[in-house]
Amino acid sequence: MNMLARSPEWGDLIRRDRVRGGLYRDPAIFQIELERIWYRTWVYVGHESEISKPHDFVRKSIGLQPILMTRGQDGRIHLLLNRCTHRGNQLCAKEHGNAVNFTCPFHAWNFASDGRLVGYAFPDGYQGLNREAHGLGRVPRVASYKGFIFGSFAADGPSLEEHLGGAAETLDRLAMTSPEGEIEITAGFLKHRVRANWKFILENETDGYHPAFVHSSIFAVADSGIGNLYGAKSTALTRDYGNGHTELDLRPEFRKRDAPLSWFGTTIERLPDYAARMNSAYGEAKARQIMIDGTPHVMIFPNLFIAEIQMFVIEPLGVEDSVQHVTALQFKGAPDLNRRMRQQTMGSVGPAGLLLADDSEMYERTQRGVHASDTDWIYLGRGEHRERRDGDGFMVGHATDEVPSRGMWRHYRALMEQA
Amino acid sequence: MLQVQSKADLIHDVSQFLFREARYADDHRYEDWEALWADDGVYWIPANGDDIDPERQMSIIYDNRSRIGLRVKQLLTGKRHTQEPQSRLRRIVGDIEVVKEDDRELHVACNTMIFESALRGDIIWASRNEFVLRRDGDDFRIARKKVSLVNNHKAIFTLSFLV
Repeated sequence: MNMLARSPEWGDLIRRDRVRGGLYRDPAIFQIELERIWYRTWVYVGHESEISKPHDFVRKSIGLQPILMTRGQDGRIHLLLNRCTHRGNQLCAKEHGNAVNFTCPFHAWNFASDGRLVGYAFPDGYQGLNREAHGLGRVPRVASYKGFIFGSFAADGPSLEEHLGGAAETLDRLAMTSPEGEIEITAGFLKHRVRANWKFILENETDGYHPAFVHSSIFAVADSGIGNLYGAKSTALTRDYGNGHTELDLRPEFRKRDAPLSWFGTTIERLPDYAARMNSAYGEAKARQIMIDGTPHVMIFPNLFIAEIQMFVIEPLGVEDSVQHVTALQFKGAPDLNRRMRQQTMGSVGPAGLLLADDSEMYERTQRGVHASDTDWIYLGRGEHRERRDGDGFMVGHATDEVPSRGMWRHYRALMEQA
Repeated sequence: MLQVQSKADLIHDVSQFLFREARYADDHRYEDWEALWADDGVYWIPANGDDIDPERQMSIIYDNRSRIGLRVKQLLTGKRHTQEPQSRLRRIVGDIEVVKEDDRELHVACNTMIFESALRGDIIWASRNEFVLRRDGDDFRIARKKVSLVNNHKAIFTLSFLV
């Protein structure tokens, strides 16, 4: 049964503290999401370091649309539609590489790395073909922040900085983990598919209520120190930055520990080169603070999740089908830190991850659960009585409270109500 | 003649060992499975191709011996939700070849097909497996197991049983 008409009454589906299960499984809703979220708002596509040289390219996506992220001869970044403008053939089948030109295998139309139509076979067959009109389709707005490249299919709208708002500061913080102030994405992605709606993934990323239960098996056998961050007595915060961006701010717990690199389960003694480079880059006092605070745990709406040591990109394949792309964050000038980042990432995430396989199990079970009823609400009221504004005016709550989910849904509703 | 016979014996011994390893994995006999490993064992499931450098690139699994132990311990808690209920599994191990051998170690390759039935649904996994088996009296210990999944370049569902 399809309970939702083309223009549903969003207030009947999304309330301050509850949402309808149908939002996660109705194909009609998914179609509206593509139109009003994925093909309108800023969506994370890739990182500048993935195409570091002229003519580098990598295949990406926005919503269901195949994107070719390229760097032109002049160094400019392009988000091109991976579709030949002749008959619509998939232009590039390679995952990534370096190519001055892309030649369509169907009829040999040829495009430059910046998307211009360069040539085509047997030109006598056309009279006055307008090459400019037949360049590759492109995402109209492209912008990057700290090397993170976003695209928006809307020709007009808020700038990327306006979209990121207060959450931009989390990416600033992330970059400072590098003694050179730069993040690199160089370790390749694990691609983990789940039979679940993309929003279950999104909401779980800053849900601090589940770890004690979903991850109890690994907390019981590994001495990771993560478990305490999400206990009832935790001083960590959940934060709603607005525009759908949310954070689990673990700094209060790390500051209590007052030990550099404790956030990463290690010490300065174990990563002496990194600590020395940080000291010379930022000065000892600031470097110490950075190494105590650690990297952020932030979900940038709708698809970029920075999870302290790794980065996830959420890709929707259908209303009940999604992929989590995940890789270790790498920091320029920090080889010893990076090695450990890769080791920890491989252990914890991806299809066999000691953590993520259990999260993904929950996504799939919740997906099956919401088939049980059209009318049942999903209740998101945890911690409403104790949420408050922080010094910057952002709503914050206890580590285990549902401040982030409420924030995401408020933004989601605002986007969906814009016809 | 003696030479030929010992070669056949070797293939037989290796096959019996691989079948045992497969059966322990299929039957979720986690501790028995772990006991097959050498103290310096490495368990590797590459992603995005079979010949990546696991020290530089992400792998689905790249466990040293202590992480193999941790993986097994986690399964033994009974709270590894993705394996509660456990996947029902049966696998076929075939095309077994001894690629290289010396007094200490054998390099063995085989193909494997696994049928998994889990809450999510039924999945077929296929892989090329490469082992380094270390001689241990009449038996072997796994010094290295590499599982090259046929679809390791694509997005794959959760893989939480012992592959």
